[in-house]
This record gives sequence, structure tokens and C-alpha cells, in this order.
Amino acid sequence: MMQKRFLMNVLLTVIWVALTGSFDYLNFIFGFLVSFFVMWIISRNTDDRKYFTIAFKVLGFFFFFLYEFFKATIEVAYEVMTKRFQMKPGIIKMPLDAKTDLEITLLSNLISLTPGTLVLDVSEDRTVIYIHGMYVEDKVKFINSIKEGLEKPLLSIMR
Amino acid sequence: MIDIIIMIFCTLGALAVLLAAIGVLRMPDVYLRLSVTTKAATLGIGLILVGAAFHFSEVGVTSRIIAIIFFITVTAPVSAYLIVRASYFIKAKLWEHSIVDELNGMYDKKTHSLSSTDLPDEVASHRTDDEEEIEEIK
Repeated sequence: MMQKRFLMNVLLTVIWVALTGSFDYLNFIFGFLVSFFVMWIISRNTDDRKYFTIAFKVLGFFFFFLYEFFKATIEVAYEVMTKRFQMKPGIIKMPLDAKTDLEITLLSNLISLTPGTLVLDVSEDRTVIYIHGMYVEDKVKFINSIKEGLEKPLLSIMR
Repeated sequence: MIDIIIMIFCTLGALAVLLAAIGVLRMPDVYLRLSVTTKAATLGIGLILVGAAFHFSEVGVTSRIIAIIFFITVTAPVSAYLIVRASYFIKAKLWEHSIVDELNGMYDKKTHSLSSTDLPDEVASHRTDDEEEIEEIK
């Protein structure tokens, strides 16, 4: 259903671009937004509306991740530049809520992309994931920050 | 105006790559080195490429740059994961001030399969039980 909505959106965008006749990025983005808005207005039942709430969630998650990414980059940059190391690294076991292949792959990619954390391995039965973190002062706090910050929003988008 | 934007992006990107280089030199062990390097390098390449996109401002160049950034973002963590896993297998030492190592003893020594629960002793006892049973059967 979701894919159908998205493809419909893309199709309408292409039609918009073909009709207006200017083939550049700004026009593509504008056409996408216009067709998105039109589809939103004509959607009736809650099943249809899922696509629109998820679109905003994806956008919000993207910017949230970007913010976290830059924050952590500055933290790591400070660590690299200062003379004495303040970090407390360690390998932590985190129980997984993500179940399918795609969910686990995306989650571990996101964890690895955030500066300061690195995925070491996923256990054979897919219940835990081993993470190497740079700032593990409090184990529970560290796990919670990943669970609340990355896993929960990701799963709310995927499911 | 656009020159200033290009300058900002390229300078930030170069600084990020410089940071990754310093990180490789300064960090005390493999795991920390990797966790500094992969991200800073990804960020640096991404920022420099965005600067290039602004410089050319053509549809063809921009779409290629978006593709490059996407593939770097997807593949960099995978390679970091493989390197870090291999270095754990050859027992690369953690930094001496590391707090915990919950991965210690979780790998099966022969098959390299990873268990999730903390039961190395029980597994060992099970094994001895089996051997005893075999002996009893004999």
C-alpha cells in the first residue's frame, strides 16, 4: 500500500515536471510537494493516511539523526584534539527489539554511523547486538540513549 | 555568495578528514581508531562533495554526487564492522582504560558463532556431561 502511494506520488511529480517543462531539481521537489499535498487532501480513510504520517516521521528522523551526528562529531573532535583522554570506552551488550533482516541491518548501520559507537557483532540468535562505545560511563544510560534515540524511531517508521 | 558556501563546505570537509587522520595517529587501540576514522571520513567526503555540487550546479553532477554520498554512507559502516570483527578474532587488545568487555568469551572458539547469553561454564559442563554419557554407553 505504501509503495503504491509513493509510486503514485512519483508519477504525479513526473507529470508535473513534463507539464511545466523545466527539468531541474527545484521543479522536481516542488512537483513532489504539490502532488503530495494533493494526495493528502483527497485521501479519505485512515489506511490511506498512513503514508502521510510516515513521510513526516521519516523527514523528522532524518533531521534528528543529522543533529545527533553533528553533536557526536563535535564530541569526538574535542576528544581527538585535547591532550588527555576523557573517554571511557567499552564493549556493551544491547538486547535487540528489531527482528527482521532489514531492521537489524538499518539499525546497525545507523549505530555505526553515529560517531563514538561501533557495532562489533550480532549474536547468532539475533537477540543481542554488541556495541563498542567511546563514552560508557553508565551502562544503562548508554543502552537507553541508543534505544530511545535510534531504535524506537526507526521501528516506528518500519512497522 | 555561492563562493562563500562552497568555501564553508570544503573547509569543514577538509577539517573533518584532518580530524580522522589525527584520530588514526592518536587513538590508543583498533576499535577507537575505527570508530573515529569511519565517521569523520564519511562526513568529510560528504561535505567536500556537497561543495562540489554547489560549484558545478548541474543536474548531472548533482545526481551523481547524491548517489556517491548514498553509497559511501551505506558501505562505510559495513567495512568498519568487518575490520573490527576480524581484529577481535585475532585478539587485538582493548585500551587499558576500557571499562567493560561484554563480548569476552562469547564467541565459540572453533565455529566463531556468537552466543547471546552468558553461559560458557554451563556449556562446558554440558559437554562434560555428554562425554560422561558416552563413556557410560561404552
